[in-house]
Amino acid sequence: MTAPITPALLYLDNITVTFDGFRALNALSLAVDHAEMRAIIGPNGAGKTTMMDVITGKTRPNQGTALFEGSHDLTALDEAAIAELGIGRKFQTPTVFEMHSVEDNLLLASRSRRGPFSTLFARQTPRERERMDMLLDRVRLTAHRRRKAGELSHGQKQWLEIGMLLAQEPKLLLIDEPAAGMTDQETADTVDLLRDIATTKAVIVVEHDMTFVRDLGVKVTCLHEGSVLAEGPLDAVSANERVVEVYLGR
Amino acid sequence: MRTRSVLDRQTIVVIGFLAGAAMLVPIFNGLVAQDSALHVPDHLVPLLGKYLCFALLALSVDLIWGFCGILSLGHGAFFALGGYAMGMYLMRQVGSRGVYAHPVLPDFMVFLNWQELPWFWYGSDIFPIAVLMVVLAPGILALAFGWFAFRSRVTGVYLSIITQAMTFALMLAFFRNDMGFGGNNGLTDFKDILGFPLQAGSTRLVLFVVSAIALGLGYLLCRWLVESKFGKVLVAIRDAENRTRFLGYRVERYKLTVFIISAMLAGLAGALYVPQVGIINPGEFAPENSIEIVIWVAVGGRGTLAGAILGALVVNAGKTWFTGALPEFWLFALGGLFVFVTLLMPRGILGTGQELWDRMRQRSQLHQAAPATSQAAE
Ligand SMILES: Nc1ncnc2c1ncn2[C@@H]1O[C@H](COP(=O)(O)OP(=O)(O)OP(=O)(O)O)[C@@H](O)[C@H]1O
Ligand SMILES: [Mg+2]
Repeated sequence: MTAPITPALLYLDNITVTFDGFRALNALSLAVDHAEMRAIIGPNGAGKTTMMDVITGKTRPNQGTALFEGSHDLTALDEAAIAELGIGRKFQTPTVFEMHSVEDNLLLASRSRRGPFSTLFARQTPRERERMDMLLDRVRLTAHRRRKAGELSHGQKQWLEIGMLLAQEPKLLLIDEPAAGMTDQETADTVDLLRDIATTKAVIVVEHDMTFVRDLGVKVTCLHEGSVLAEGPLDAVSANERVVEVYLGR
Repeated sequence: MRTRSVLDRQTIVVIGFLAGAAMLVPIFNGLVAQDSALHVPDHLVPLLGKYLCFALLALSVDLIWGFCGILSLGHGAFFALGGYAMGMYLMRQVGSRGVYAHPVLPDFMVFLNWQELPWFWYGSDIFPIAVLMVVLAPGILALAFGWFAFRSRVTGVYLSIITQAMTFALMLAFFRNDMGFGGNNGLTDFKDILGFPLQAGSTRLVLFVVSAIALGLGYLLCRWLVESKFGKVLVAIRDAENRTRFLGYRVERYKLTVFIISAMLAGLAGALYVPQVGIINPGEFAPENSIEIVIWVAVGGRGTLAGAILGALVVNAGKTWFTGALPEFWLFALGGLFVFVTLLMPRGILGTGQELWDRMRQRSQLHQAAPATSQAAE
């Protein structure tokens, strides 16, 4: 590719996704910069998760442009290739590998060669082990490293999944409803963790919890019926007439 | 990165058992007096060898089903292909000793009035080539099948159904005389292997020992695979396929790789089976055979490797007993066993045994701890 079309890290333009005639995304446009954190809000069914599906290659849009780093066409790549470009994702319902230990979950996520032959002969280097220790510490699971991930509490699983995201060393993190099922303390800690991550990486967070979004203190995009309804600081967005209408009208 | 302790104990038990069998069966067959209770009669040696081949076959199914969630109901096809590759070599070994005494052509070809050897029989008289074909033929079929199935993301019950279709189609094909594999009679009336007569007791003992060694090596290979990072990716695919994809793993490549390895192991099992039972025919492709393999694995304990071996041995010993004592009830017994295991012992003999053992240990620890706490309370 020649010169990038856009300086943004992630650039979505005019994206439409239809499921049997139903428009889950409707001419959606969105741009996220390097090391920017963006909060996405919107009522149920607004298309937030579908947007992440498009970015990660799970769903192909019917039309529109999706560019990463200005040159990679996300609509033409598969999930594995997109992950390798540096886009990591945490799902709405925490999905960790329940039968694997906490440490193995991080190990599987950790940035390394992904082919069958590379993993067959993989050996853990001291540097990797050090990184693993650091990550475990960062998501506060050091004491649980040998436990099966399936035995963790809901909140711990969310954190493990964020840890797995970090292990991938992505450039862009997509985080779907991280605070769901967390205690207040855990939620506050998650805010701190995400803010810390966002100092070096781009982060897109989808969340319904408004206190959480307020605490993040970043630019907010409100989706509704598959397109952007309002964008800006939380105060401005929540004062927006149409946003109020959408939220109260339900 | 590799998990130790409990699993290693299992490896010691499996290898110890196989090494013991490989040494004791020849001793009890050859050196112990015929009237002794410990004597292993001649006819039992190939039967035990056959069980070991089935155990290797079960192992190959457990590798993909237990660790990667691929429920193949067509693995009998890979077993049969390996068997046919060996059968072709054994046919060529007959040479001019056949009924029609043709120096090159096997009897069934002379009977069909064929003038020359079909091209795919070339080289089948050379043992190393035959051995190569034993793993290549199933491997290539697995590659072709897996390439299409896994790339188009066929999973679950749909995949199981098309594996059944695959083995069924092959059965119909091999029944045809013009396929060139002896039609419904298959390949039989073998004379010797590498120049040693197949009927000789010593040859049978060697085949038994070789089967034990193959099973041991197959087990070690599978153990090594599942404990590597590769194996961890397999389990990740089994439990959360999409999640694995979003981590950047090409799931279809992993499935294809392990499917091919498994098919080759199944082929090897078939190749060792044929000289011990003396025949290979299209019946080996029958869909119900493949289902039976899955039952062995389920009975022994899916996802444990050793359980697959145990299940194959137990169920087949049961089958031998039943077909002798109550032949018409065998299928009912097998079906009943499967229902029983699925409903009451979903983790199979090995998994359930492990569970009981853990519970007993916990209880005895509690008993030991209890007096101490009651004293502390006083
Ligand atoms: N695979 C699919 N097939 C059909 N409809 C779908 C599919 N995925 C999503 N939808 C529909 O698209 C719409 C948007 O769904 P999406 O999951 O993106 O919403 P969301 O904003 O994430 O909502 P929530 O806040 O409840 O998670 C919903 O009406 C949903 O029913
Ligand atoms: Mg959602």
